[in-house]
Amino acid sequence: MATKHSRSAARLMMAPAVILLLGWMLVPLTMTLYFSFKRYLPMRGGDQGWVGFENYVRFVTSTAFWPSVQATLIIVGSVLVITVAFGVLLALLLDQPMWGQGIVRILVIAPFFVMPTVSALVWKNMFMDPVNGLFAHLWKFFGAAPIEWLSQASLTSIVIIVSWQWLPFATLILLTAIQSLDSEQLEAAEMDGAPPLSRFGFIILPHLARAITIVVLIQTIFLLAIFAEIFVTTQGSFGTRTLTYLIYQRVLESQNVGLGSAGGIYAVILANIVAIFLMRIVGKNLDA
Amino acid sequence: MGQITLEKVTKSFGEVEVIPPLDLTIEDGEFTVFVGPSGCGKSTLLRLIAGLEDITSGTIRIDGADATNIPPAKRGLAMVFQSYALYPHMSVRKNIAFPMRMAGIDKAEQDRRIEQAAAALNLTDYLDRRPGQLSGGQRQRVAIGRAIVREPSAFLFDEPLSNLDAALRVGMRLEISELHKRLATTMIYVTHDQVEAMTMADKIVVLRAGNIEQVGSPLDLYHAPQNIFVAGFIGSPKMNLIEGAEAKKHNAHTIGIRPEHIDVTEGSGTWTGTVGVAEHLGSDTFFHIHQTGLAESLTVRAPGEVNLRHGDTIHLTPREDQIHRFNAEGLRIP
Ligand SMILES: Nc1ncnc2c1ncn2[C@@H]1O[C@H](COP(=O)(O)OP(=O)(O)OP(=O)(O)O)[C@@H](O)[C@H]1O
Ligand SMILES: [Mg+2]
Repeated sequence: MATKHSRSAARLMMAPAVILLLGWMLVPLTMTLYFSFKRYLPMRGGDQGWVGFENYVRFVTSTAFWPSVQATLIIVGSVLVITVAFGVLLALLLDQPMWGQGIVRILVIAPFFVMPTVSALVWKNMFMDPVNGLFAHLWKFFGAAPIEWLSQASLTSIVIIVSWQWLPFATLILLTAIQSLDSEQLEAAEMDGAPPLSRFGFIILPHLARAITIVVLIQTIFLLAIFAEIFVTTQGSFGTRTLTYLIYQRVLESQNVGLGSAGGIYAVILANIVAIFLMRIVGKNLDA
Repeated sequence: MGQITLEKVTKSFGEVEVIPPLDLTIEDGEFTVFVGPSGCGKSTLLRLIAGLEDITSGTIRIDGADATNIPPAKRGLAMVFQSYALYPHMSVRKNIAFPMRMAGIDKAEQDRRIEQAAAALNLTDYLDRRPGQLSGGQRQRVAIGRAIVREPSAFLFDEPLSNLDAALRVGMRLEISELHKRLATTMIYVTHDQVEAMTMADKIVVLRAGNIEQVGSPLDLYHAPQNIFVAGFIGSPKMNLIEGAEAKKHNAHTIGIRPEHIDVTEGSGTWTGTVGVAEHLGSDTFFHIHQTGLAESLTVRAPGEVNLRHGDTIHLTPREDQIHRFNAEGLRIP
């Protein structure tokens, strides 16, 4: 890549990819920005001209806004904690030599291949249904009154469903990280008198720091945008209306594209705040 | 204290018996070297003593007490690994402090021992660095430091120098030997480098396929190898082994003569051959000699510079009193 010629050739060859990516990102973003400054009601008069920041003001002052931000952060935070904690445990378990290791590993990864809509429906109808769900039967077996999961413990239910979906991802990344740990380090720690819990705390966990960082960053990006799980279960009621879901309601249910677009821009800002926050806390693990 | 005794110790991995029944005593304060070709079970034996592997049968005693089922941390042994096995996310200071921290030694005592070890190992300037920021030799010293501060009853080294370059290896060899003289603690050292074994050991244990071939001081092994394997393994360059008619003359199946015990004689000699490759080291010259009618090739060491070149005829005279005789089973004939 040293000569002028090879550099310009490289630029030329990279151009299609760069242009495609830029267009992919910029066109929707620009359109969202464009609509967010308009009063645009497709079924009720269409484009009614520029309105300045009115949509932005209305979106934040609506009573649904702050609860939706809160619901989003609670879901993202809880799922992260659960997937990382159980992911580490599962990875430790799967790393042990055992009979049928290959099959167990595939089974653990399986939930990741189930589409979110499907898995949410399965959870809703087979596990959490207050009459016929497996949980209801379990509760009844022990003589307790079944919980109406999706209305009484709605946020918890969503967190359970989403965690179930993302646990395989966390486990997989953490398992590969554990497998890359030099076994002599663990043996050295054992000789140094570290009991199993200390070996975990002083050797394994620091070794996993980088993998955990990656899991947290990638999952956050996807979790901020979860939609299908809410759509097929609670439809945003019982306090499960996330920012994404609120925007969906504004655009499709209230047919207010301008207001929804303003919400979209808020979502972008929220995502960036979370990203900066995360990079601050965990990003240093990625250096060196 | 640090006397280690192995009684009828065996080790199998599944069906494969890696260590057949083996007895060995390592005296307190002794520098013992396990030496043998790759895959002969040196590391396995060391890990059995450390407790990192369970023995299949037999007894391990440390200072007379049965240690067979004692976990590694409680055996009072410290191990230095071939890969150093430093903790990458801890500073050098924390690495060295780790065993003391696990033992619950108080902070002031920890600092005292760290300073002492760092001074002894020339690590004082590096205490706040991470292992990744150190050279191979420095990492090796940190690993040794981490072992020293535990004040173990014995040190176990598994090929600690094999990742270092030749010059550094010689330096570290001396440092470890000096450390042993200063601490007078039992050390068990695994290597497949017979020069390391010869220079460092009080006692060498030669292993082959898990069997002990011979135990003795370096000079015992040099002067009186018990069998052909030890004869060929100890000494550099290797001993010349000659079979056939020449061996018959000495009433043996095989005779062995070291390169340094064959003299190059002018004009005539017991044996005659053609010079193949001549290696000039300055202090010595090694000749590889063909067409002697004795063996495919003989190696001879001549002191200083000898002016013979490829293809020249050479006359050789072995020193009769330095010839080792072996019977058909490969055992020494006294
Ligand atoms: N965990 C294990 N499972 C099965 N076989 C093993 C295991 N560890 C070692 N072995 C076998 O035991 C034998 C001795 O291995 P060991 O590591 O002790 O050799 P070594 O003398 O240290 O060799 P090197 O000089 O190459 O380090 C080898 O044949 C090896 O294949
Ligand atoms: Mg080895």
